[in-house]
Amino acid sequence: MVEIKTAEELNKKYLREGMWPTIFCNGCGIGVVLEYTLWAIEELGWDMDKVVFASGIGCSSRLPGYINADGLHTTHGRAIAFATGIKAANPDLNVVIFTGDGDCSGIGGNHFIHAARRNIDLTVIMVNNFVYGMTGGQSSPTAPIGSVATTAPYGNIEHPFDICGIAKALGANYVARWPVSHPYQPIKSVKEGLQKKGFSLLEFLAPCPTAYGRRNKLGDIKKLWKWYDDNTILIEDYEKTMNYGNEKEKEEIKNKIQIGVFQDIEKSGFFEEYEKLMMMLQEKKTTGEKK
Amino acid sequence: MIEVKDDWCKGCNICIERCPVNALEESDRLNKKGIRPPQLKKNNECNDCRLCELLCPDLAISVISDKEVKKEDKKILLRPVGGTIK
Repeated sequence: MVEIKTAEELNKKYLREGMWPTIFCNGCGIGVVLEYTLWAIEELGWDMDKVVFASGIGCSSRLPGYINADGLHTTHGRAIAFATGIKAANPDLNVVIFTGDGDCSGIGGNHFIHAARRNIDLTVIMVNNFVYGMTGGQSSPTAPIGSVATTAPYGNIEHPFDICGIAKALGANYVARWPVSHPYQPIKSVKEGLQKKGFSLLEFLAPCPTAYGRRNKLGDIKKLWKWYDDNTILIEDYEKTMNYGNEKEKEEIKNKIQIGVFQDIEKSGFFEEYEKLMMMLQEKKTTGEKK
Repeated sequence: MIEVKDDWCKGCNICIERCPVNALEESDRLNKKGIRPPQLKKNNECNDCRLCELLCPDLAISVISDKEVKKEDKKILLRPVGGTIK
């Protein structure tokens, strides 16, 4: 196998180059998420015939169309439900789901919750940009308090949905959140998530200059990308400061978004348990016949 | 050395902003969207960290290490004097 070193070689191997350039706006972070995923797959050396990409509706859900692999563009919020079907029909396939914050936490919230609860062997890559970008910038469930959107012209008053927190509580095997502005940690994290048996959730904080930044005085692309650096904090640092810091330090980091790997456990998944049950019942049947 | 796919670039200038050694600048040429893609500055300070390549949202930049660009091998004309000791 030829070792890939540059983005151009990566493009030739993995992309439908006729579809490019993407339709994403200038300064959008979704393309970066695609790039990190492809680098992770390249480092793992996976065969693309064994990888299926599923997506729902939204900006981020256009990603499977750009990759030269099997993909499924499904109804709004139901990407995880369709992906469960793929995995059930052919467990040899590696199923990766690209989904947005409105798609995954808003409209498909219940599908997400139950897939995480059953611990189905899927990798969900959720691109969180705080708005329904494709439909014109409505406020999504993950939008921070006070953010302005077309449906929240005087600022959002709803508490945001901590999607990593809920996945952790439901016992997903791998939960991580990263901003797109630093490459190496997310690539490593995607690699771990893809290899993990069981449900793995990777949340990416992707900038949306057009629908989110423009209304929140962050329209400048550089300013918006810097906002993610200033308003995120590593989970290890956060815990350290909360345990040993003084009041001033605690006040400073209280409202920052925590990033890092939140959960990394080994728990048997739905299909493994199902296989065990099948084996047990078949044994029972054969031994029963002998008697 | 960096290679830019001109027509894929949308001109977000994240590569220029994020470059740790400030080695990139907007070029003089225009692509078909009327955007100026990045290029290396004249005094080449690029240290092949590949950050621009990894951060480019449109996968338009490729960083090719100068070390990998093949240089012509110098042929040694002189032979060591004194022969070989076996």
